[in-house]
Amino acid sequence: MAESLHAWPFFGSGVLLFVLGLHALVTRPHLLIKVLAFNVMGSGTFMVLLSAAARGSGEPDPVPQALVITGIVVAVSATAVALALMLRLYPILGGAGLPPGPPED
Amino acid sequence: MEAQGGYMLVAILLTSLAPGVTIFFLREEQFALRTFLNMAGAVFKVVLVVALLVGVYREGYTYRFSVTLLPGIDLVLAADALSLLFASLSATLWLVTTVYAIGYLEGSPRRSRFFGFFSLCVSATVGIAFSGNLVTMLIFYEMLTLATWPLVLHRGTPESFRAGRIYLAYTLFGGSVLLAAVVWLTVLAGSRDFTADGYLSALYPEHGTALTALFVLLIAGFGVKAALLPLHSWLPRAMVAPAPVSALLHAVAVVKAGAFGIVRVVHDVYGIPLAVEMGVMRPLMWLAIATIVYGSVRALFSQDLKRRLAFSTVSQVSYIVLGVSLAGPLGAMGGLVHLVHQGVMKITLFFCAGNFAETLGIHRTGEMGGVGRRMPWTLAAFTLAGLGMIGVPPMAGFITKWYLGLGALESGQGWVIAVLVISSLLNAAYFLPPILIGWFGCPAAPWDRERFRGHRLETHWMLLLPTLMVALLALGMGLLASAPYSPLGWVSFIFGVAPGHGSEGFAGGAGP
Amino acid sequence: MEGMSDGLTWAAWLLIVPLAGALLAGVWPRAGRWIALATSVLVALLALGAAAQVWTQGPQVVSLGGWVPPLGIGLRLDGLAAFMLLVAALVGLFVGGYSLGYIPRDGHGERFWALWLWLWAALNALFLSGDVFNLYVTLELVVLASTALVALSGGAAALLAAMRYLMVGLLGSMAYLMGVALLYTQHGVLDLGLLAQRGGEGTAMMLAATLMSVGLMAKAALFPLHVWLPPAHGSAPAPASALLSALVVKGAFYILLRLWLTVFQDLAHPGVMQLLGGMGMLAVFWGGFMSLSADRLKPLVAYSTVAQVGYLFLAFPFLLAGPGGWHAAVFLVAAHATAKACLFMAAGNLQEANGGDDRLASVAEVMRARPLTSFALGIAGASLVGLPFTVGFVAKWILLQTAITSGAAFWAVGVVAGGLLTGAYVFRLLGPAFRPGPGRSGRPVPVLREGVTLALALVCVLLGFAGSAGLRLIAATPVAGPGG
Repeated sequence: MAESLHAWPFFGSGVLLFVLGLHALVTRPHLLIKVLAFNVMGSGTFMVLLSAAARGSGEPDPVPQALVITGIVVAVSATAVALALMLRLYPILGGAGLPPGPPED
Repeated sequence: MEAQGGYMLVAILLTSLAPGVTIFFLREEQFALRTFLNMAGAVFKVVLVVALLVGVYREGYTYRFSVTLLPGIDLVLAADALSLLFASLSATLWLVTTVYAIGYLEGSPRRSRFFGFFSLCVSATVGIAFSGNLVTMLIFYEMLTLATWPLVLHRGTPESFRAGRIYLAYTLFGGSVLLAAVVWLTVLAGSRDFTADGYLSALYPEHGTALTALFVLLIAGFGVKAALLPLHSWLPRAMVAPAPVSALLHAVAVVKAGAFGIVRVVHDVYGIPLAVEMGVMRPLMWLAIATIVYGSVRALFSQDLKRRLAFSTVSQVSYIVLGVSLAGPLGAMGGLVHLVHQGVMKITLFFCAGNFAETLGIHRTGEMGGVGRRMPWTLAAFTLAGLGMIGVPPMAGFITKWYLGLGALESGQGWVIAVLVISSLLNAAYFLPPILIGWFGCPAAPWDRERFRGHRLETHWMLLLPTLMVALLALGMGLLASAPYSPLGWVSFIFGVAPGHGSEGFAGGAGP
Repeated sequence: MEGMSDGLTWAAWLLIVPLAGALLAGVWPRAGRWIALATSVLVALLALGAAAQVWTQGPQVVSLGGWVPPLGIGLRLDGLAAFMLLVAALVGLFVGGYSLGYIPRDGHGERFWALWLWLWAALNALFLSGDVFNLYVTLELVVLASTALVALSGGAAALLAAMRYLMVGLLGSMAYLMGVALLYTQHGVLDLGLLAQRGGEGTAMMLAATLMSVGLMAKAALFPLHVWLPPAHGSAPAPASALLSALVVKGAFYILLRLWLTVFQDLAHPGVMQLLGGMGMLAVFWGGFMSLSADRLKPLVAYSTVAQVGYLFLAFPFLLAGPGGWHAAVFLVAAHATAKACLFMAAGNLQEANGGDDRLASVAEVMRARPLTSFALGIAGASLVGLPFTVGFVAKWILLQTAITSGAAFWAVGVVAGGLLTGAYVFRLLGPAFRPGPGRSGRPVPVLREGVTLALALVCVLLGFAGSAGLRLIAATPVAGPGG
């Protein structure tokens, strides 16, 4: 785990955000909330990565920063696709709530 | 012995495979082309098989072809004397049945599909005959399942669908058991070619339990198609298929594939000495005896003609297993020669049943009264084959029972002769009444749908001619049993003994 | 030994060519089909070249731009990767040919070409990636391209299925990424090879293994995380369904296998591996029963994917069976990919001929009048069941042989029983074609499509003779842990 103490708040709150986002993504039917929840999860993960940059005592590790930037780009693209799909579904569903449970047919 | 060109074996498979696949894509009305492809393939196959027979018998050649499937596992086609016994039976009867089927199905729908699957079945059967190892045999055995199922369904009635479902359930289950057993055996002993006296003796007694379990699984896997008790009940139901299918597949190809597999397992995988030492031959013999008696009794109480024949098949195929399980050369000769004899006699009976049904609408044995006056030739063929089944000399069935009896004495189990006698009495009890009322009885009621009246022959020539040919063949096999190319002569050649002599030079299974 | 090379090699071209094709097809949709055709032939040749290089020279590691890990990004081209590339190329080639007759020449349908090439590029990148973060990026690319393919038809069911798939896909990716973050926290490297050397069993590793495995299992649609798959694969256009079922779920499986072969090898305790295998077996039976009770063609085929994915997870218990135990499951990937792509293509033909209706009872009438497609359906079905002469038989044989060799005969019983279940639903699908009554060829279906479908079925047969070569290629995978 992160050896230096000052990284712990980042690590802890990152995990917390991840769990919160996960909870909302699974339980909330509203699509916009799902998309937001996914982004919250992403932010949590990025914070955990950032806490890894602070490992050791010397200079901060630059690699996690690069990873986070890439991750943000990926997350933004995914969000864009999700939002576009949501907009297409909005008139069909008459709202942005995902109907419960996919049909098992 | 040098291995000759294996391309001959591939060519033999292709003579039915290629026409079969082509026929699928022919339009229904392309009758001439379809018939030509069928007949050309069938004739060509017989010619090739005869060439192999001569090569093996005169020159002592062996033929082998192999392709690697997986590391250490080859697909092997090989022609030895035993494989040619089954292959020549299949090839000859395919030719005859093709003629019969063309006549039988004249004017009926979906003939392209029928003949396509029919040819695939024959390819699979010949593949089983020429399989050089268990893996190859398994492959063709499963292919046979796949190709036969559509033929059982062919009529498309709810009844045939029920039969198809049951057939598939039994054979897929049997195939899976066989697959598991063959994989297990391959893990234990590697994938080896069939060899006389087997290749497993080095593993005994270290892996004794595994070998016994494997024997049970292998017999169960092949026993499904051989209709051994208690795995037989698909066979009578499958009789809803058209007559040529019942004739070739359920009297010859499918059930014989199972019996042939059992012969290979006992002789060429385990080997008689090992099988005897393991003590598995005695249970196998009891199983065969139980099936023989059970099948005969059920046949006696079946009033539907095809159903009676089917139960008779259940009983008769087990003669082959009985012969093998007697564990001596004479018994084995009886069993193997029955592979051919029963095939020819039973196909005659099925052709006759098909003729009665097609011409006069007769389906039940009770309706056969007086049929001899309307259809003397067919009833004559039926009589010859029926007497053969009972084992009346000089018919082919007598030869079988004679050798089985000798085999029983040879192995010191003379009481088996009693079983043969009981079985023959039961055979007589269910074959003689229809023959007698056919010749001497009177029709109970006018036949409901009489066809071909006023023809020069009693029925369509393409139905009558094949019937008479196979009947004569059955007669000839009995009368000329001592000729070198007769089934008995060939079986003697397999075991390296002269027909009618003792057991010197017993060689096991494969080849001289 | 792993060969080292830099500069533009087979591996690099395998990324560049489909990506360039996707871009070209994207900016010039009218020429999409021809660009896609040229690209797919080229990529197939490149995949062959890559496989040939592994075959002759052994595994390769490519450092892009000459930067070596941990700083640079490495591509690894070994037997496992080459095998997957070949499978993708084979399926891609046939799906491409099929799509020529499927995708209309006008309007938005032509966006299919760019998406398909995009997906192909992403999959190739996934198979070739040598570090865990790159794998994350490729996973996301695959999810986005697949989502777009599912939604392509634009209907309500398709959009909804795409949305659900996207949500599960993103959830899985995020769980995976969290695992990557934990791994980096632990070891400070991302390269698979370096991670494998460090190994380790601590809490953080276990947590990372759990997160990544669960995320990937959701993407691979392993029971009980499969609920998104049948609607998604059932409502996509036929070529897209074929790609998704044949390749995309295999991508997630591939990463999972890679991770357990390298990074998590020290965690591969028998209990954990048996658990994964057991879940696979549950999937086989659950998917099988759902297929058996489906009354429409595409859901039947889609549920069969749920079942067949289960077999793949036998790779994990087999990891412990000795060197190469997992090869069996990888070979099964090829068997399932070809058979399933063929089945979806055949289903597409029948559904279109039947006016969009894929209820089994009415599809049977069309089957009677279309021997080419029905034959393909029969052969691909036989391959799925594992009947000879198909690649499915060979794959089943290897699975059984591995199960018995590993002394865990109960997996063999599972495989055999699962095969019987597969037989039950395949023959239930084929049976009605033999009912009497007139055939109906229905609406016209391009002969090209029927021909390509049958050709792929014949490939299922031909691959039955490629068992030795396939296993040899897969074996050219350097593995240090229990699977090596």
